[in-house]
Amino acid sequence: MKAITKIPFSELHKEMQLPSLAKPPVTHEQLVQYAQASGDLNLLHTDDAFAKSIGMDGVIAHGMLIMGFLGQYVQELAGTEAIVSKFNMRFGAMTKPGDAITCSGVVKQLIEIDGKRVAELELNAEKAPGERVGTGSATLTCKIEND
Amino acid sequence: MDLDKSMIGIASKPYIAEVDRERVTRFAQAVGDENPLYFDETYAADTAYEGMTVPPTFLVALGSNAKFPLKLDFKRMLHGEQEFIYHKPVRIGDRLECTMTVTDVYDRVGKSGTMQFLVLDTEMKTEDGVLAAVSRNTIIYRPAKKGAN
Repeated sequence: MKAITKIPFSELHKEMQLPSLAKPPVTHEQLVQYAQASGDLNLLHTDDAFAKSIGMDGVIAHGMLIMGFLGQYVQELAGTEAIVSKFNMRFGAMTKPGDAITCSGVVKQLIEIDGKRVAELELNAEKAPGERVGTGSATLTCKIEND
Repeated sequence: MDLDKSMIGIASKPYIAEVDRERVTRFAQAVGDENPLYFDETYAADTAYEGMTVPPTFLVALGSNAKFPLKLDFKRMLHGEQEFIYHKPVRIGDRLECTMTVTDVYDRVGKSGTMQFLVLDTEMKTEDGVLAAVSRNTIIYRPAKKGAN
């Protein structure tokens, strides 16, 4: 695994820009795999002819695949010390085969809930600088006692 | 049919979703998420999860069995937002009892007129009745085209 984000929880701080995760370009084959794996068999994501028949240029990626990329990112950020206790995404622009998504994040808040350290992150998925395909947030709860 | 507040509280029949190892593997591969937390028990045991779990968005793959009791026009539905709330880790081998409920219906005025929003919560409980996770799906219900029923 490309360990992009081995950041100890104790080193997180407010407004910290987290290292980003650059995903390889989305492929048509990946959309077919994701359709089968997720059970979302809408032809809009896998059949160019169908997509064109409803006025699109061609297939578009499942929004949930993009959220899957952000999920990979937050799970890597959680590392070995924290769990992802909440994770949310709002869908933006469409993603097409060939688009390469970059996930990035910022620490918005560090708080303590029931004696546990909690980090609230703001997340972004972009297909090019400034071209957002999704924005979201995640809550990481640290399981290691603060010393 | 348009949405209205009286739909809040309508729920699906509970259904069982199994967290099958092969399905988790295929899902992680399709996303390209190679975190050993999903397949390496030794690695996973030493993490905050204390054992293997599933990718954060895997729960959507379990939702495809829901038979929802609302008759809505799928062509007007747009997935606007998705949220997962984890109360405890979901484990490979879990048999989750899932119930989908309408938890909110609201309007918002936008550029293209009034948009309706539908919030669907799928609660997932383990066999001992403990709530493991909630998958919250916010659907944008677009206005019906003029002239169409």
